[in-house]
Amino acid sequence: MVMIACDGIDVPLGGRTVVHGITARLEPGSLVGVIGPNGAGKSTLVRAMLGLTPVSAGTVRIGDMPLRQWDRKALARALAYLPQGQTLHWPLSVGRLVALGRLPHLGPLSPIAAADRTAIEQALHCADVLHLAGRNVLELSGGERARVLLARALAVGARGLAVDEPLASLDPGHQIDVMELLAGEARTGTLVIAVLHDLTMAARYCDRLLLMDRGRLVADGPPATVLTADNLARIYGIGAFIAADADTPMIVPLGRVPASSHKDMA
Amino acid sequence: MLPFSLPDTRHRLLMPVLGVLLACAIGASLALGPVALSPARIVAALAGQGDPIASAIMLDLRLPRLLVGLLVGGMLGLGGAVLQGYLRNPLAEPSALGASNGAALGAVIAIYFGLMEWHAVALPLMAIAGGMLALALLFALAGRAGTPLTLILAGIAVSTLASAGISLALNLSPNPFAAMEIMTWLLGSLENRTLEHVWIALPCVVAGALLLLGSGRVLDALSLGEDAARALGMDLARARMPILLGLAIGVGGAVAVSGSIGFVGLIVPHLIRPFTDRSPSALLAPSFAAGALLLTLADTAVRLIPTQAELKLGVVTAFLGVPVFLVHLLKERHQW
Repeated sequence: MVMIACDGIDVPLGGRTVVHGITARLEPGSLVGVIGPNGAGKSTLVRAMLGLTPVSAGTVRIGDMPLRQWDRKALARALAYLPQGQTLHWPLSVGRLVALGRLPHLGPLSPIAAADRTAIEQALHCADVLHLAGRNVLELSGGERARVLLARALAVGARGLAVDEPLASLDPGHQIDVMELLAGEARTGTLVIAVLHDLTMAARYCDRLLLMDRGRLVADGPPATVLTADNLARIYGIGAFIAADADTPMIVPLGRVPASSHKDMA
Repeated sequence: MLPFSLPDTRHRLLMPVLGVLLACAIGASLALGPVALSPARIVAALAGQGDPIASAIMLDLRLPRLLVGLLVGGMLGLGGAVLQGYLRNPLAEPSALGASNGAALGAVIAIYFGLMEWHAVALPLMAIAGGMLALALLFALAGRAGTPLTLILAGIAVSTLASAGISLALNLSPNPFAAMEIMTWLLGSLENRTLEHVWIALPCVVAGALLLLGSGRVLDALSLGEDAARALGMDLARARMPILLGLAIGVGGAVAVSGSIGFVGLIVPHLIRPFTDRSPSALLAPSFAAGALLLTLADTAVRLIPTQAELKLGVVTAFLGVPVFLVHLLKERHQW
């Protein structure tokens, strides 16, 4: 089981602090959505939680140990990461690319073992890309590529999974598939952190939402308490049709509201 | 059973095939030359029981030349494969980091000041020193946490500075003969190499190759980008050191004994890639073997092509390399 706890972390990026004083404890077995406008610091927060970028204040704990005490390989086996908008560099086959997810489990010279093969096949199957296994990754469509990269992250077999915009360029059917998959992973005890832009998907599948704005955590809780008309207007500057606590929650952006006036009110 | 092959189960034949080809090329390189020797005389000479002429040709001329060619070709091929993987750039070659030009500058300085009259090894030793200096400068410019892009930029700077130094030596050379000697050396050749050259190149290439061969896993992870590679447990800052050191020592040592032989490091990984799963790690050992093979064949060809002055190896590799590379790029263009 993996638990991630941030205690008052500031994260600098390129000389300025882009994440300010965030405290949150993310429990295993939950699907946590990180939402907020562009440039709110969502990806930076997630990267700091994974130890990919240093914090300038506060501490991150993974499980019962501070992040910096973790051995790199052990951490890589505990937490898998799907970065946002990855570029791929070589014309690898899909199967070979997904096999890269097993790297944290391999010794310097050990070959891919039977257990690794099972994990790779399972990951390909889960992300619905088994039929693409022999294809060149550079010749896939955007949505196929996104699913292949998700399969690569799943192949790690980690108890913590952080995915940055996993729904980008997916068709509606595969968006639902991916969210079902992430929710399913959470039900088996995995901590899943997903940076999302689709508020309906966030409302429907996430157990908890962290709403960020300009580097600060401005709301934290179940979707129905975070996705309020006031928050949407204040943070996103939009008016929306909201049925956040319905059986199938729905958030449909309707139009811009003058954000500045709301911010003044706040 | 998976409907695809994993890396360890495909392309098993590549290394054995390269091995057989390499054995043939070694045989050809020893057997062929301006002086025709019968197989019996060759074997006797290699066994140390030949007649004086055959022994001199085999042990003093062909064998050192073959060994230097194998070491230099292998190192350039491996260096190219590692650097293309590390920089994630199919156009990278070992000279991209400036080690080749730095080594060439060291050698040119040795020629310019006539240091070889003092001792024949002065030139290769100066070349290795030049390669190491270039690396030190590269580190100073790229900083400790250099990304591939800053490394390329710093490499261009170091490389250009070293070639400016070479031009300066040509510019200031006291007489046409000195300039000619520098030019000839820069063209790259395996002519008149002795066992001393083998002993200089061998430790450099072995050390360089050992440092580079261990980087396969990091290079594989890097094909997903730096963040993903680090999330897969790779310490990129620590992985950079053996790669840069291996390139400087290995390529510096290779350039020191052969002059500048271009294109081997660039084309060899491209020739090998279609026969692998195209992951960077799968290229390393085969690129060493294929580089050694290519240079041995090219050097044998150089000796057999009847020209007034023997063709320089660097000239031949460039003439062979450019068309091969163009055809390859046109064929594989859609994949980049």
